[in-house]
Amino acid sequence: MAAVEATGLVKTFRTRKDTVKALDGIDLEVPEGTVLGLLGPNGAGKTTAVRVLTTLLKPDQGTARVLGHDVVMDADRVRSLVGLSGQYAAVDELLTGRENLWMFGRLYRLRSQQAKQRAEELLDIFDLTDAADRTLKTYSGGMRRRLDLAGSLIAHPRVLFLDEPTTGLDPRSRLDLWQIIRDRVREGVTILLTTQYLEEADELADSIVVVDHGSVIARGTADELKAKVGGERIEVVVHDPAETTRALELLIGSLDITEPDSTTKDEHTRRITVPAPGGSSALVEVIRTLDTGGIRIADIGLRRPTLDDVFLTLTGHEAEQKEQES
Amino acid sequence: MSAADIDEPGTVNPLGRAFSDAGILAWRTLKRIPRTPDMLIYATIQPIMFVLLFAYVFGNAIPIPGFPGPRAYREFLMAGIFAQTMAFAVASASVGLADDMSKGLIDRFRSLPMARSGVIAGRVVGDVVFNAFVMLVMVICGFIVGWRWHHGFGQALAAFGILLLFAFAMLWVGALIGLSVGSPEVAASAGLIWLFPLTFLSNAFVPTPNLPSGLQPVAEWNPISSIVAACRHLFGNPSPFASPDGFPAQHPVWLSLIWCAAIIAVFAPLAVRKYRSATSR
Repeated sequence: MAAVEATGLVKTFRTRKDTVKALDGIDLEVPEGTVLGLLGPNGAGKTTAVRVLTTLLKPDQGTARVLGHDVVMDADRVRSLVGLSGQYAAVDELLTGRENLWMFGRLYRLRSQQAKQRAEELLDIFDLTDAADRTLKTYSGGMRRRLDLAGSLIAHPRVLFLDEPTTGLDPRSRLDLWQIIRDRVREGVTILLTTQYLEEADELADSIVVVDHGSVIARGTADELKAKVGGERIEVVVHDPAETTRALELLIGSLDITEPDSTTKDEHTRRITVPAPGGSSALVEVIRTLDTGGIRIADIGLRRPTLDDVFLTLTGHEAEQKEQES
Repeated sequence: MSAADIDEPGTVNPLGRAFSDAGILAWRTLKRIPRTPDMLIYATIQPIMFVLLFAYVFGNAIPIPGFPGPRAYREFLMAGIFAQTMAFAVASASVGLADDMSKGLIDRFRSLPMARSGVIAGRVVGDVVFNAFVMLVMVICGFIVGWRWHHGFGQALAAFGILLLFAFAMLWVGALIGLSVGSPEVAASAGLIWLFPLTFLSNAFVPTPNLPSGLQPVAEWNPISSIVAACRHLFGNPSPFASPDGFPAQHPVWLSLIWCAAIIAVFAPLAVRKYRSATSR
């Protein structure tokens, strides 16, 4: 049985000016014990999907089940089985770490003593014991996010929803959080996480669903998606804007590129990109070709596909950044 | 500990759960108060300031019909100040809940297997307890300026009970406002702005016989007036009415209780309904 399954989810928001289809018929399935990455730009509908699956929003159409329980009809049961950790750390700033966890434990219907004990366990796991008696105002962003995640784990949820768990964190805190998430996976927790970063989905997810404008535009493993984008690319910035065209022609010749569409060139920024199926060996070839051709290179690098590349390839437009998600 | 230690939702008495969740959230509301000392100070200084301003600035300018003497206004004033302060409690609920909403805490609470009324009830109960403290400060202040109760401690206690019941009722209105506007800044003004005409068009600071005759019935049936009149009646303070034979003058305590019940009956379900669909942003 799938831990999470959703079919044909539609959710429309009406504002004064227009109506926005935040979800436009999304199907999802997360097998038990696996991690699904919901990947998309701001405004794609990721948060709305999580809100429907965690009973915060009722879908206009479609059905969703978590561990077999309907999220609308059996919302209370779903709430007691899942954990949700949101985009911004939803914890009480004026309570201490210990008080926050005790409160959430009590609200999950633990008895006071159990809630205390569970709070201690989680403070220990999340390396927050030293800060346990400080109010959250004094916590760093990474510490808050860890506490928020700890709050969602109090009742040993079998399904965990993480809405952009690392957005806004520094690289070190991001790595810490990734480790914490991996540990949960090892314990058998099913996870649905949303992210704007392909890298994050790549690191954590067994399979990835790419969403845009409320619809699924691709599904697959990270490798499958990257293959669609064409794998790694080489990005070259030439010294003289007048030479961009000639540089690209030389590279198309020397790298045997059969599809000129897979390359890009921008005279304004003096930047050209070409696919690099051979990785670093192609990099050597590019440098040799341009050097022989007498073209001066200002900058060069091997670039892994980004979310933008995925979007460019899948939709023909770049990932639009919208301010409002809902 | 394992998942089995958590009660299944169906096995818990829903009423017991509502009370227990409200208790936990009330604990939270009260824990926060000493940690925002600036708010604590403003919440107590403001009523003290009102007592002193009205007692000493307006006191000599506003005669109380049928109650001559310099101390009459101060006796008259205190019930009005009490009721006004309880009414203004609206703001703490509206700002508190709007703040929780903007910080995503309402989403977190809604994702928990809690009673749907728990978050608001916890807020309201915590704020009532805090208002009891504020009232104690004001009582002391009132004693200093020369206010007294004359019908014994039991009746005075009944008056304080009515005032706290009124605060409880008004806090549900504040909860509805806070959950509707969603930003603490808007909630601060939206929670208060309509209270100014409501409190000033009442018997709180000016005896209703002194008002223009067209406004007198409005002011005498005003819910705030009913609370004030009930307190004056129970304290034995001067309580002049423009129409001394009307229902508000004859049955001040009953009218105050009816008003409180009506406000709760209307706004508590509305606030809980709003909470059920409230989401951040």
